[in-house]
Amino acid sequence: MLEKLFLNHYEAAAVILSGIGLTNLLLQRNLIKKIIGLNIMDTAVYLFLAAKGYVEGRAAPILLENGSGGWLNSANLYVNPVPAGLVLTGIVVSVSVTAFALALTLKLYEYYGTLNIDEALMKMTQEQQELESKIDDAEEEVLA
Amino acid sequence: MNEEIKLIWQKFFNWVSGNGPRPENEVIPPEPPPDLPFTQKPKDKYTRFHEATLKERYNQWLEIHGLHIFSLIYSGLSVLTCIVIVCLLLATVAELPPFGDEKNPANNEVIRRYVEHGGHETGAQNIVAGLILDYRAFDTFGESAVLFTAAVSVLMILGVSRRNNIEESSPDLNESGQNFLERAPPVNFHEIRQDDSILRAVASLSIPAILLMGCVVVINGHLTPGGGFSGGAILSTALILCANAFGFERVHKFFNERTFIISSSTALMIYALSKGYSFFTGANHFHSIIPKGTIGNILSGGLILPLNICVGLIVAGTLYGFYALFSRGDI
Repeated sequence: MLEKLFLNHYEAAAVILSGIGLTNLLLQRNLIKKIIGLNIMDTAVYLFLAAKGYVEGRAAPILLENGSGGWLNSANLYVNPVPAGLVLTGIVVSVSVTAFALALTLKLYEYYGTLNIDEALMKMTQEQQELESKIDDAEEEVLA
Repeated sequence: MNEEIKLIWQKFFNWVSGNGPRPENEVIPPEPPPDLPFTQKPKDKYTRFHEATLKERYNQWLEIHGLHIFSLIYSGLSVLTCIVIVCLLLATVAELPPFGDEKNPANNEVIRRYVEHGGHETGAQNIVAGLILDYRAFDTFGESAVLFTAAVSVLMILGVSRRNNIEESSPDLNESGQNFLERAPPVNFHEIRQDDSILRAVASLSIPAILLMGCVVVINGHLTPGGGFSGGAILSTALILCANAFGFERVHKFFNERTFIISSSTALMIYALSKGYSFFTGANHFHSIIPKGTIGNILSGGLILPLNICVGLIVAGTLYGFYALFSRGDI
C-alpha cells in the first residue's frame, strides 16, 4: 500500500491536507481560523484535481503550431483540460463562500464582541434566557 | 533583566497566538473577570460532603468539571474522526490509477474530442478557454453569477448595517430589551494614511503596468494561459493598490456602488444573451452569424473574447468590492 501511496503522492498529500483542514475546522474555536481551515480543504481539492489531470510528458492544453501554419491537435500531446475548468469553478465558489462567511463573522464580532464561537454561544443563550425571563415577568404582571 | 525577557517572551507568545498589539483605534473587548479557582468556590448549603445525595454530588461534580470533560471528549473525538477519514481516503488513494499515466480512465474519449475538435469548433487556441467559455459556457455563467451574488450579499450584510449604524443607538432599540448585553461598538475601519509618499510614487509607477497586464491577460484569454478570471483578479489588484495609496475617494470617483452594480449586471446580461443565442442556434442547427475567425489571431474564437471581457469586468469589480467592503464598509 505504501508503494502505491508513493506512486500517487500528490493525491496522498491532497488527502492529508484536507484532513488538516477538517481538523482545523473542528478544533479551532476562533471563527477566522475555522474559515482558514475551510480554505485549506479547498486547496486540497484543487491539488487533487490538478494531479488527476496531469499526464506524464505532455504539454499544457494550448494548441501548438506544427511549423507549416497548421495546429497540432492530436490528443496524445496535451494534458487533460477538464480539471482546469473544474478548479476554476472551485476557486470562484471558495472565494464567494469565504467572503460571505467573513462578512457574517464581522457582524458576529460587532454584536457579541468576540470571535470565539463558545463565548458567542454562551452570550447568545444568556440573552435568550434574559429575554424569556422578561417575557415571563410581563405575563405574570398581566395575570395579576 | 529577567522581567524584560519575560515581557519579550510574553509579547512574542501573544504575537504567535494572534493576540498581538493592534492598531490603536481597534476595539479591544474588555477582559471578563477571571473565574474563581475551584478551591475558592463558595460553599454550598451542605456543610458536610456525605450529607448530599448522590445525585446532588453528581450535579456538583458536573458543574465543576463538565465543560472541561466535554471539551476533552470533543477534541478527542474530532481528532479520531479526522484520522479515520484520512485513513479511509488514503486507502482509496492507494487504489487509484497511477499518477501521470496516459491510460488513466480520466483521459477518455471526452478529452480526445475536446482536444482534437476544440480548435476548429471553438476557434480558440487555448483549449481550456474553449472548454469553459464555449462547450461549458453555462457553467462559467453560473460561476460569474455566484461571484456577483456573493458580492451583493456581502454588500447587503456590511453596507446596509454600516449606514444604519450612523442613525443607530436610537433609544427605542436599546429599550426593547437589548441593552443588557454590553455590545461592542462597531468595528472601526482604519483610515488610509495620506502622507505615504513612497507608496504613492511606487503605486503611480506600477498601476498603469498592472492595468496593462490585466488587460493583456483578459484579451489574450483564448490564445495564452489566462482569461477573464485571472485577468479580472489582476485588474482588481490595481484598483486595490490605488485605493491604498491615494485613498478610497480617488477610486470612488470612477468606481462606486452604482458603477459596480451597473457594470456587473450589464456584463452578466450580455453574457446570458449572447451565449443564449449561440446555444439556441447550435442546438437547432441554425446558421450562427458569429464568425469563428482563424485560430491564433486575436479576433478569433467567436464569442470567447467578449465573454472573457464580461467575466473580467465582473471579477475585477467583485474582488475590489470585497476589499472595499471589508476595509471600509462601503464600495
